[in-house]
Amino acid sequence: MAEATFHVFRGDAKGGDLVTYGVPVTEGMVVLDGIHYIQAHLDGTLACRWNCKAAKCGSCSAEINGHPRLMCKTRVDDFKGEPITVRPMKAFPVIKDLVSDVSWNYRVNKQIPPFTPSPYDPGPWKMYPEDVERLFEFRKCIECFLCQDVCHVLREHDGFDRYMGPRFMVRVAALEMHPKDTLSRTDLLRGSGGIGFCNITKCCEEVCPEHIHITDNAIIPLKERMADDYFDPWRSLLRVFGKKKEPRGT
Amino acid sequence: MADWYETFEHDVLVIGAGGAGMRAAIAAVEAGLSVGLVCKSLLGKAHTVMAEGGIAAALGNVDPRDNWQAHFIDTMRGGKLINDYRMVEIFAREVPDRVYELEQWGGLFDRTPDGKILQRPFGAHTYPRACHVGDRTGLELIRTLQDKAVHSRIEVYMEVTLTWLLKDAERIAGAFGYRREDGRFVLFRAKAVILATGGWGKVYKVTSNSWECTGDGCAMAYDAGAELMDMEMVQFHPTGMVWPPGVRGILVTEAVRGEGGVLRNSLGERFMERYDPKKKELSSRDVVARSIYEEVRAGRGSPHGGAFLDITHWEPEFIKRKLPSMYEQFLKLANIDITKSPMEVAPTVHYVMGGVRVEAGTGATTVPGLFAVGEVAAGLHGANRLGGNSLGDLLVFGKRAGEHAAAYVGGLRAAPQVDEHQAEEERTLLQRPFEGDGQENPFGLHEELQEVMSTHAGIARTGEGLAQGLEKVGALQKRVEGLRVGGSRLFNPGWHACRDVRFMLTLCEAIFRSAIERQESRGAHWRLDYPNQDPQWGTLNVVVYRDGKMKATTRPVPQMPLDLARLIQQTA
Repeated sequence: MAEATFHVFRGDAKGGDLVTYGVPVTEGMVVLDGIHYIQAHLDGTLACRWNCKAAKCGSCSAEINGHPRLMCKTRVDDFKGEPITVRPMKAFPVIKDLVSDVSWNYRVNKQIPPFTPSPYDPGPWKMYPEDVERLFEFRKCIECFLCQDVCHVLREHDGFDRYMGPRFMVRVAALEMHPKDTLSRTDLLRGSGGIGFCNITKCCEEVCPEHIHITDNAIIPLKERMADDYFDPWRSLLRVFGKKKEPRGT
Repeated sequence: MADWYETFEHDVLVIGAGGAGMRAAIAAVEAGLSVGLVCKSLLGKAHTVMAEGGIAAALGNVDPRDNWQAHFIDTMRGGKLINDYRMVEIFAREVPDRVYELEQWGGLFDRTPDGKILQRPFGAHTYPRACHVGDRTGLELIRTLQDKAVHSRIEVYMEVTLTWLLKDAERIAGAFGYRREDGRFVLFRAKAVILATGGWGKVYKVTSNSWECTGDGCAMAYDAGAELMDMEMVQFHPTGMVWPPGVRGILVTEAVRGEGGVLRNSLGERFMERYDPKKKELSSRDVVARSIYEEVRAGRGSPHGGAFLDITHWEPEFIKRKLPSMYEQFLKLANIDITKSPMEVAPTVHYVMGGVRVEAGTGATTVPGLFAVGEVAAGLHGANRLGGNSLGDLLVFGKRAGEHAAAYVGGLRAAPQVDEHQAEEERTLLQRPFEGDGQENPFGLHEELQEVMSTHAGIARTGEGLAQGLEKVGALQKRVEGLRVGGSRLFNPGWHACRDVRFMLTLCEAIFRSAIERQESRGAHWRLDYPNQDPQWGTLNVVVYRDGKMKATTRPVPQMPLDLARLIQQTA
C-alpha cells in the first residue's frame, strides 16, 4: 500500500516543530483521515479539532502546504505523492498542535447588535423568495474562520483591535439586508467594526469553502451603505422612507 | 474548597449545546435564572449542524389539509405505537409555534411563491411538512439559536467534557469534568441539570455521527440512577455515502428522496416498488434501510455494497439550488457530479430513538433535578423516527425542559450541597490511564467495540448473535481497566477517548440487553429469529436500570385516550 508523508506541527504556545509521519493511503482519503490515522496508531496525543467530516461544521481548519483549508475537504491524492505539511491557522495563537485559540471571534460576535424586528410586526411573516434568497449566501457561513486567518489586516498587521474581519462583515451583511430587521449597524462598521481597513484584496473570498462572495456581496455593499449614511444623507433618508434594506452594489 | 478544580455555580446547568441544549438554556434564562451551558466542542459546531433536510411542522403551507392530528398519526404509526402518545401530542401541537419563533429570532427558510415558509415531502409524512432551507436546515437552526443565546445572559463553557453527575442524597447537585484545552478539572454546582447531549452513533463503525456522539449524557444519567428506555431502537438512515472508504457513512439527506430521488439496484430496478408500492422511496426509514439491505443480500447491490440513488432526471440548476451541499459533497469527496450520475448509498447509523426515560411534558427523569431533552431522551419517536421530527423535538422539548427545570429550581427549599468525595473518585478514574502498567490503546478498544456492534447489533439481529455481542462487550469492559495513554492532560485526544470508551461500553451493554429482551421485529429493531411484529410487544417499552448491575425489564406503554386511539384507527 502506498504511503503518504505527513509533516505535522507539534507544539504549543511556547513553540514547536514539524514532526514526520508515514500514513498508509486509501482511495479517496482526505487529510483529516491521515491525522486520525496518526492519532489512532502513531501518537494519541496529537490534538486537532473536527466534528462532521463533511465540510458542514468548519472545525478542522488548518494550513495545508501553506494554504488555509478544511482538512476534511482536502484530498490526499491532490498532492500526487508530495509530502503534506499541516500547520494550525497562523493568525490565531496556538493552543496545542493543530488547535488554535479562536475565542477572539466569539468575543467579536457578541458586539454585533442582534437581529431586531419591529415589535409591531408579529409573525407569521410574509417574505417572498426574492426577499430572502440573496441572504442565503451569507447564512451558509460555517464559521471555519479561514477568511479571518487569511485577512491581511488580521494576519499581517495584527489588527484584531481595529477590524472585525471578513466573517463578521458577512454576519453584519446578513443582518443589515434582512427584510425584517429594523436596526442600522453602520455606526459599528465605521467604528469598532473597522470596515475601512479592508482594502478589497479578496483573499478571504478565495479561501471560503462555502464559496461566499465575501468581498463583492457583503463588504462592498456595506462600505457603500456606510458611505451613504455618513456622506450622502439624502440616500440615507431615501432608504429610511423608501423601500427598506435594499443592498446596493450587488 | 479544594484547589485542584475550578468551581462554577448556576441555578441550571445545561450539558450539550446543540439545538436542544441551546433552546433549553434560552428558556431557563428567560425565566430569570442563572444558566451555564457546557459544550464539548466550540459553540455552534454540535451535531445539529449536520441536520440537512428540514423541521417537520404541520403549518399546512404547501398542503392545507395538514394539521397537528395528521402529524400525530404519522409519528405514532412511524414509531409503531410504542411512542409516548403524550409526548407526540404535545410535539405535534407545539412545533409550528416553535418554527415561527425561530423565524422571529432571525432564522430564514425557503419560501413559497406567496411568501410563506416552504415545506417539502419527507418519508412517511402524509403531507409536505418539512420546513427547510436548501439542505442546511440544521446549520440555520443552530446559528439562529446561537445568535439568540450569545445575546442573553447565558454563560457558555466551550470545550468542556463533563463525566459525572453530582448528587446530594437523591437530588442533583451539579456535575464534574475537565476542560479539554488544558485538562483542568471543573466542578459545577447546580440546582438542576438538563442533559442535551445527543446520541451515541459512534458506538458503530459506519455512522453519520461526529466524534461527540459518544452518549456521555445517557451514560451519566444511568450512573446517576436514571432509567433508560428502548435502547434497542437504533436508527439506520437508509442513505449514507459508501465510497470512497474515507467518506463511508456520511449522510445523504432524505431531502434527495423528498425532492424526487429514485433508488435502483444493480439491475436498474426501482426496487422500492416491491417493498412499499404506495410510498416507495418515501416510505419510513426503517423500511427503506431494510429494503436496501435485502437487495444487497440478494446479490443485487451496487459495486460497494449499497444501492443507487438517482436524481439526474431533474435539471442541473434545480439540483444545485435545492441540494447544494450534496452536490458539493459528492463532487469534492467522491468525484461524482450528482446532476449527471447517481449516488451510491447504503444504510448508516444515524440516530437513536432510545435514551433516558423522561416525563412527557417536562423532560424530568427519575432523578430529582435531572432533565433530559432531544436525542438523549426517549419516548417521542418509539421504534422509528421520521425525518424532520428531530429538529422539531429539540425546539419543543428544549423549551419545555428549560421552563420546567426553572420551575423545579423555584420550588426548592434549600440548595443541594456538593459532596467533594464524589468528584475525588471521578478524578481518580480519569487520571488512571496515565498511571499503572496497562497496555490498552483507547482508539483500538473503540474500534473493537464498533466491530462488535456492527456484527452483532446491526440492521438484522438474532438472539444468538446478540448474546455473543453482550459477552464480547463484557470482555471489553474488563480490558478498559488497562487503558494507557502518554503525554499530559493538555488537549490530549487519547486521554479524552479513554472516558468516552467507558461511556460507550455502558450504552452498548444496554443496547444488547434491551435487544435481547424485545423478542419481536418492530421498526428499527429487526430480529431474524422473530421476524414478525408481535401485538403483545406493541404495548411494552423496554427499560434498563441499575440494581447492583444492569438489568432490563418491560414497562407498559401509556394507554392512549379514546379520541386519539380513534384517530389512529380511522387511518389504519
